Amino acid sequence: MTIEKPFLLKRILAAATVLSLVLLVVMFLGISMGSTDSGVKAVFLVLLGKGTPDSILDTIIWQLRLPRVLLAALVGATLSLGGLVFQALLRNPLAEPYILGISGGSAIGAISGILMGLSRFPGVSLTAFSGSMAILVLLLVMSSGQAILKKDTLLLSGVMVNAFCAAIIMFLVSITQDARLHNIIFWLMGDLSLSDIKQVAILAAILLPCFIVIFYCSHAMNLMLLGKEMAQSMGVNIKVMMVTLLVVTSLMVSLTVSQSGLIGFVGLVIPHLLRLLIGPDHRVLVPACVLGGGAYMVFCDLLARVIPKQGEMPAGVITALIGAPLFIFLLKRFRQ
Amino acid sequence: MNKAIEIKNLMYAYGNQRILDNLSFGIQSGDFFIIIGPNGSGKTTLMKIISGITKLQQGEVTLLDQSLQRYTQRTLAKKIAYVPQMLPPDFPFTVAQLVLMGRAPYHGLLGLEQTKDFEIAKKAMTFTGVEQLSGRKFSQLSGGEQQRAFIARAICQEPQIILLDEPTTSLDLAHQVRIMDLMERLKIEKAITVVMVSHDVNLASMYADHLLLLKAGHIASLGRPQEVLTYKTLEEAYGCTILVDKSPIGEYQRINLVPQKNMIVDK
Repeated sequence: MTIEKPFLLKRILAAATVLSLVLLVVMFLGISMGSTDSGVKAVFLVLLGKGTPDSILDTIIWQLRLPRVLLAALVGATLSLGGLVFQALLRNPLAEPYILGISGGSAIGAISGILMGLSRFPGVSLTAFSGSMAILVLLLVMSSGQAILKKDTLLLSGVMVNAFCAAIIMFLVSITQDARLHNIIFWLMGDLSLSDIKQVAILAAILLPCFIVIFYCSHAMNLMLLGKEMAQSMGVNIKVMMVTLLVVTSLMVSLTVSQSGLIGFVGLVIPHLLRLLIGPDHRVLVPACVLGGGAYMVFCDLLARVIPKQGEMPAGVITALIGAPLFIFLLKRFRQ
Repeated sequence: MNKAIEIKNLMYAYGNQRILDNLSFGIQSGDFFIIIGPNGSGKTTLMKIISGITKLQQGEVTLLDQSLQRYTQRTLAKKIAYVPQMLPPDFPFTVAQLVLMGRAPYHGLLGLEQTKDFEIAKKAMTFTGVEQLSGRKFSQLSGGEQQRAFIARAICQEPQIILLDEPTTSLDLAHQVRIMDLMERLKIEKAITVVMVSHDVNLASMYADHLLLLKAGHIASLGRPQEVLTYKTLEEAYGCTILVDKSPIGEYQRINLVPQKNMIVDK
């Protein structure tokens, strides 16, 4: 008789190393490919700070592609991690990072911002963030006290809030007729095109601590799969854990959504995909989702930029276009 | 002997509905203690309060000479392990991973397991006879195997008290006896106090050192099985006709249900 010793640190390191490499490769591709193609070597030189200063390539890389790739990585990481947390917390495989109505709230905020003619950053980002925070506070107040622990209450409230917000969004879209409509639609489809390095730095400074907090909650998330009562009887302070995870996750998802618009599907497909590939242990899944989600988003954004002959399409289109078939394929293979 | 659990004037209500009404009793250390009673008599609520899952409303619960409120979730988990009535059907981990989770109260937040934990888990699995299944997915096991895996996880918590909520209800006959024998061994070999809620009065009669019969949140009867399991007490508590005789296998009372169609009324 043997009991497998899944030396945890080794498994975490292995998964993290492989996915970090993937992320780095994809990020490098994201930086070097685009409408103006230049050799790999030239890109390397620029990244190492040895390119010709103020050349076109230098400007393109430092001011356009790098911030965009970094933003994509952060957004992908946050959304997949958000999906993972909500799927564990609500014990529902269909849960996604927007489940609590964050998408609806931030969309209303963003659309109001666009209609008011605010600039994309910080104007629209701020209104979007306030929108989602308002919804989150409303939701927490509505289901305060004991009810917050009941997953169905939370889930249903979120669905209802989202439906209500959708109606308001439709209304706002229907009364808008000028060029702002295009802006609204692009925001709703998820758009990474407007990002500068400062914005990305601020985002990273807030998101990285959130990732770490969630990593420390990862074993509690394992235990919660046994049910909240069981987790409690095994020493988990369930209220503190639930509130921490809910608030931290909602905060980071709201923040990224306010920067990138509504990018769907990453939060659903990446956690499930990684679960199929590396198993259910959240202590491995949390770092894996951050790195894998980041890589997937950068890759999708790259395709969104490269495929159309003119202009680009919203990254959110690609995430679902690739994600859905890939997921179904893997699901069929692994269930056999 | 010391008291493992001491309960004084315990009250519990959901809204206006009284679930537990002024309960007071004690459980000896090293006892096999079984709680029986009709549906809705408050058995599960009582278990959940003792295990710290449901918050104490009124009254006192003392566990191993310390008031329940003075335990944190974590320190309590080192003293008491709980095996629930409903096991999660879609739990994605393997048996070994599940059993190892029992070590969580002894670890930091990440629950990084040491070699010692693997040894404890291995012993626990051998004890309940699931070591052959250690690599299998929990969700692929039969009901009885799942129950034994869950008990191994509880043992892995190295508790002094183990609480089980109807562990035999959905099992076949062989597994029912197997689980009960396992609990008996737990009591004798590991000196763990076993507290169990059960619907099976015959199993309770054969295994329990002490029985508590609950009815509508009150103690209907408390004592040795011979004292509690009389036809009068049982008929009063359950509201059906019951015949109690001697079991052919030992000094146990055997409880027989009497079907309506077999009741011959003398005129």
